[in-house]
Amino acid sequence: MNEDDSLRIRPIENGTVIDHITAGEALNVLRIIGITGTTKESISVATNVQSGLMPKKDIVKIDNRELLKEEVDRIALISPKATINIIRNYKVFEKKGVQIPKVITGIVKCPNPRCISNANEPIESRFEVLESGIRCLYCEGVITKDISQHFM
Amino acid sequence: MSESFKKTYPFNIISIKDLGRKEIESILDDASRIADGLYPDNALNGKILALLFFEPSTRTRMSFEAAMARLGGRSINLDSIEASSLAKGETLADTIRVVSGYADIIVLRHPSEGAARLASEFARVPVINAGDGAGQHPSQTLLDLYTIKQAMPIDKIDIGLLGDLRYGRTAHSLAYALSLFNARIHTLSPRGLELPDSILNELEENGTEVIPHEEINEVIPLLDVLYVTRLQRERFPDSASYVNIAKNFRITPEILESAKDHLILLHPLPRVDEIDPQVDELPCAKYFEQSKNGVPVRMAMLMEMFR
Repeated sequence: MNEDDSLRIRPIENGTVIDHITAGEALNVLRIIGITGTTKESISVATNVQSGLMPKKDIVKIDNRELLKEEVDRIALISPKATINIIRNYKVFEKKGVQIPKVITGIVKCPNPRCISNANEPIESRFEVLESGIRCLYCEGVITKDISQHFM
Repeated sequence: MSESFKKTYPFNIISIKDLGRKEIESILDDASRIADGLYPDNALNGKILALLFFEPSTRTRMSFEAAMARLGGRSINLDSIEASSLAKGETLADTIRVVSGYADIIVLRHPSEGAARLASEFARVPVINAGDGAGQHPSQTLLDLYTIKQAMPIDKIDIGLLGDLRYGRTAHSLAYALSLFNARIHTLSPRGLELPDSILNELEENGTEVIPHEEINEVIPLLDVLYVTRLQRERFPDSASYVNIAKNFRITPEILESAKDHLILLHPLPRVDEIDPQVDELPCAKYFEQSKNGVPVRMAMLMEMFR
């Protein structure tokens, strides 16, 4: 991160920094990990920041919350190169990449209006992750592009 | 993945994709023995099959009942949706939990895609999918394969899929199953009713060649099997465009003149105008035999699930 970036986003004492997010996807990353305007966390977001590894990137910093592995792996759906830094006392305590999960539950709404997962039933949506996209485990419909358009 | 999703074949039969080639061949072999009368007629004595049909059905429902009866079991029915608790707003999940307490196996037809998968999560007994919207109908696929196998080895056949290939679930499931048998698939459908891209991608991933055609006369001479599906009037903007297009997809004795001698003609039924009744008398017409095969194939499925 260069000096300009550090001015835009101050360091955090404890929490999580999600770095190398695909440019423009920061807000979708927050949605996918369940952080909305009504949650309590203090959040810093930078978008379209210059980066050495990629032409442009987004960065998200979350104060006082260490994200769990199953939370961060969902990010891989829209930003496979993202890295997660767990910060303790201003230092990087742990650094990890994201791994695409085999099944994603309750994040994506099936676009098929006739799918039972869109009916009034006591189930969450469930998708199997394929190389070419994701497949609804109920109706077997496949989403191959713009997955973030279908986030709940 | 939840435990319930692991409970696939042979505990549940929800999608033909839950079965591999080996499992499919085993059911077809069993069906063949059953058709020869080689089965214990009390195999399912004391067992109860619950038929939950939320959509109309003649063949599937009756052949499951017949299959259960021939094996010594009994069937119970949901008589009408209007008179059931579903009309009061009960979820399918709750209905399935309740019916699980009454029966040893559930056969479900439902208008929503994925309904049978949901049912398998909430049922305490095995579930067979008898059609979920435009989704899967595995027992139909198995009896289609069985009918092909009666006439020829299934491997490497050239099969023509004709009609509504976009919404026709039987064509989707059969195409997928045949991709396990290295078939070459020829398609012929009205514009807008072609095989969906998701199905085409899946077939390609399985290494299956899919060849689209525009002329019925061009495709007939190439085929070992012709699988005709119904064109539904409601898919067309008006009656005139339906009539206009349907006539190009009608199978007549004249059209079949250029066919190979061993061609067989299948249709999941009911047919409307797709096959001229004069074709019924030709040796290639196997659709009523196909329908009859529903009983031994469903007997084989039931026996496998109670094994």
